[in-house]
Amino acid sequence: MSTGTRTSRDTLGTSALRPDGGAKVQGDFAFTSDLWADNMLWGATLRSPHPHARIVSIDPTAAWKVPGVVAVITADDVPGKPTYGLIDDDQPVFARDVVLHMGQPIAAVAADHPETCRRAIAAIKVEYEELPRLTDPEMALDPSVAPIHPNGNVFRHQRIIRGDVDLVGEVVVEGTYVIGMQDQAFLGTEAALGIPDADGRGVEVYVATQWLHEDRKQIAACLDLPEEKIRLVLGGVGGAFGAREDISLQVHTALLALRTGRPVKMQYGREESFFGHVHRHPATVWMRHHADRTGRLLKVEARFMFDGGAYASTSSAVLINGITHAQGPYKCDNAVVDGWAVRTNNPPCGAMRGFGVVQACFAHEGQMDKLAAAIGIDPVDIRLLNAMETGDRLITGQVVESVAPVATLIRETDSIPLPPPLSSTADALDLPGGSGITAEPSHIRRGVGWGVSIKNIMYSEGFDDYSTARCTLENGVVTLKFATSEVGQGFVTLAPQIARSLLGIDNVVCDTIDTQIGSAGSTSASRQTWMSGGAVHGACSAVRDRLLEKVAAEQGVPASSLSVIDTEIVDVSGAIRIPVSEACVGVSITETFEHHHKPTEDIDENGQGDCHVAFAFVAHRAVVDVDPELGLVKVVQIATAQDTGVVLNPLSVLGQIEGGIAQGLGLAVMEEIVVDDGRVRNPSFTDYLLPTALDAPEVVAKTIEIFEPQSPLGAKGVGEPPCISVTPAIVAAIRDAVGRDIPRCPVRPQDICL
Amino acid sequence: MTGNENYTLRINGTDREVRDSWIGESLLYVLRERLGLPGAKGACEQGECGSCTVYMDGRAVCSCLVMAASATECEIATVEGLNPDGTLTDVQQAFVDEGAVQCGFCTPGLVMAVHHLLDENESPTELEVKEALSGNICRCTGYGRIFAAVEAVVAGRKEAAR
Repeated sequence: MSTGTRTSRDTLGTSALRPDGGAKVQGDFAFTSDLWADNMLWGATLRSPHPHARIVSIDPTAAWKVPGVVAVITADDVPGKPTYGLIDDDQPVFARDVVLHMGQPIAAVAADHPETCRRAIAAIKVEYEELPRLTDPEMALDPSVAPIHPNGNVFRHQRIIRGDVDLVGEVVVEGTYVIGMQDQAFLGTEAALGIPDADGRGVEVYVATQWLHEDRKQIAACLDLPEEKIRLVLGGVGGAFGAREDISLQVHTALLALRTGRPVKMQYGREESFFGHVHRHPATVWMRHHADRTGRLLKVEARFMFDGGAYASTSSAVLINGITHAQGPYKCDNAVVDGWAVRTNNPPCGAMRGFGVVQACFAHEGQMDKLAAAIGIDPVDIRLLNAMETGDRLITGQVVESVAPVATLIRETDSIPLPPPLSSTADALDLPGGSGITAEPSHIRRGVGWGVSIKNIMYSEGFDDYSTARCTLENGVVTLKFATSEVGQGFVTLAPQIARSLLGIDNVVCDTIDTQIGSAGSTSASRQTWMSGGAVHGACSAVRDRLLEKVAAEQGVPASSLSVIDTEIVDVSGAIRIPVSEACVGVSITETFEHHHKPTEDIDENGQGDCHVAFAFVAHRAVVDVDPELGLVKVVQIATAQDTGVVLNPLSVLGQIEGGIAQGLGLAVMEEIVVDDGRVRNPSFTDYLLPTALDAPEVVAKTIEIFEPQSPLGAKGVGEPPCISVTPAIVAAIRDAVGRDIPRCPVRPQDICL
Repeated sequence: MTGNENYTLRINGTDREVRDSWIGESLLYVLRERLGLPGAKGACEQGECGSCTVYMDGRAVCSCLVMAASATECEIATVEGLNPDGTLTDVQQAFVDEGAVQCGFCTPGLVMAVHHLLDENESPTELEVKEALSGNICRCTGYGRIFAAVEAVVAGRKEAAR
């Protein structure tokens, strides 16, 4: 795609540049981990080395004796609710009697230096009695297995029954697909700075988070303080991808600050970060697809098993996302789907970019290829034949009201030229495995694979995830206030673009992002362009209307005859042309707006109901080179067409597309948290592999821009779709190259060559 | 915690005193927490991600892997020293203009890596760029706009040299 043009005005549709870009390239931008306060202490956390154990005793005596230690706190020091959680509040601030996963927090310390903290943590004596581990999610369903938590071992079970459940297609294909545990691996690890109020009855917390108001609610409950005594300010955020939706160190930091009466900074190292946040759910998905002899999809049967790990987090919502997207972006009238999200002694899992749909898509796209092969048609043709359109129904009975250009996405992707064949003189760095393990060029096989996906945007199941924004026009300067977490996605770029377009004023500033205004909801679910964009749009529109009313009164014309065009206020006759800058001299207008999406509803016991707000679609085609003997893969090219609605900032959209593709590539061929009977084996960037510059494929991207009528700006969220179907596309390309039925991701060398 | 190590580091052309420090502190920690130079970022603590890249005697190194007290006999350069007059360097400007910055946590390290690459090789091939930057992990961008930024700088320097 073209990254478009820039104009002097940086309005909607231009590739306006990030307002924080200059600071970020100079190292001046204040990430939360860069914050510092006079008299500041450092905080650190003691974590369980065991996946499942009874805590016999905790003796912090020796830790208190380490010079420089100011506080040691445990579960006994939590003044309010002992647990927190996004949906079910089952996660302890500190473990008291039992630990349910490796890395669970047990105590925290505050001290004068990170090294003092390390020594103090090491000095806390904890006696454990190890308990039998529940690490196979299937065992969580076994009634003979004792619950590892009072709430039981099943977070949620849901089925979907639709249409003719007994239907048997002329062609039937089935498969079981396994998706590994992926880490969000944002670069800026968890960090917070807590500053206690002088009276000790409140606290200000600077934190890198996706959702300030939800954090505040959970912190307040655990601290037993009213929410107004806790002010949350967004510290600079070094990426998120879902991992900052849950509480990590927020309560610990606030508690240590209140306990010591001093500012306290906590900052996880990389290893601790792997234990400190939830991951993408590992899942096993069985599917059986029924089609007629032409390949038309008639029925989908599926069974999902999501391993939620030790605590609930968002497992129940991830489950619903997974099962309600089981058909993929294809027409299908009949379905029998069963899904579980269960509790185990594995690391807790929750939100990550794609949120349950990644797992569903990996399975349904594998199935579409099997169906194509069984019928003897091309992977492109099977997808075109079944492509969903606006007005089709999901297997939940919900009508897809969103723009749904699935066939167009597939055709546009298909029309992107394939890359040239691998050169016989290619540099070793361009071969599978790179220069480290040298593939023999003559043995390398090329493969092509497809993935297409549907993804819900915004929250589901009756949740009103509204967003709030305030627009203040004062003496020609527009100030925007919102609590929308900027995590790198670029809302701080987009919000001023909206204001400039609506108000005709170029001087737009964003106020501090904090809890001194209503909630913006979470920066997740591809929702902020739609929701916070809608809130900023609403607030700016209200300010514009009042400005036009003022001008109309002065000019003696009806306000309805005036509008803002570029930087001028003009009337329908063309007789009035007043620069906005002139009209707002001495003007002070403030308007606050809450944007709510259309209501959704819970699904019933048969999985029927309008549970989602809207949908976005994307197609991916992957080209890979594989060394079948060494089991090595090089992703050569990703072609993609994405359903974006109106593109509000082409450069930002391209950044989301390319970045999402890299994360999906990671899940396809290298990224997996290896968990061995509850123990994490690779909590570091040495052992958890991330795509580097040498792994980045050529990305050829197109956007299909159709105004989305339900969206306040005609735009869809673009964050999640890029990472969803690229994973099955790459794995399909590997299958195509080596002719093997590889049922899992990430694909490891042994999956290819053994 | 106070230690008893006192030493002088030469950073961005200026001698900086480090007093009462603990011997185990990394150069990254001393830069960030003792000397007020937070531009280098810590993201992996094991030399895998490049976020903490600084130069020691002109070599790009991961400051998380260098003991600060061992860095006394060399010239250290950090991202803060790239543009002493406050004007963005061509690399910094290209990162902003080409969309190479999202969350920005990897950015200072990448800016250092790109300057280092182009100082040594004014016209790198695509593969040379990828190899040179493969020690710097970016989780947001997928690297496409970073490559575009490097291309823009190379083109701009060629244009300026005409």
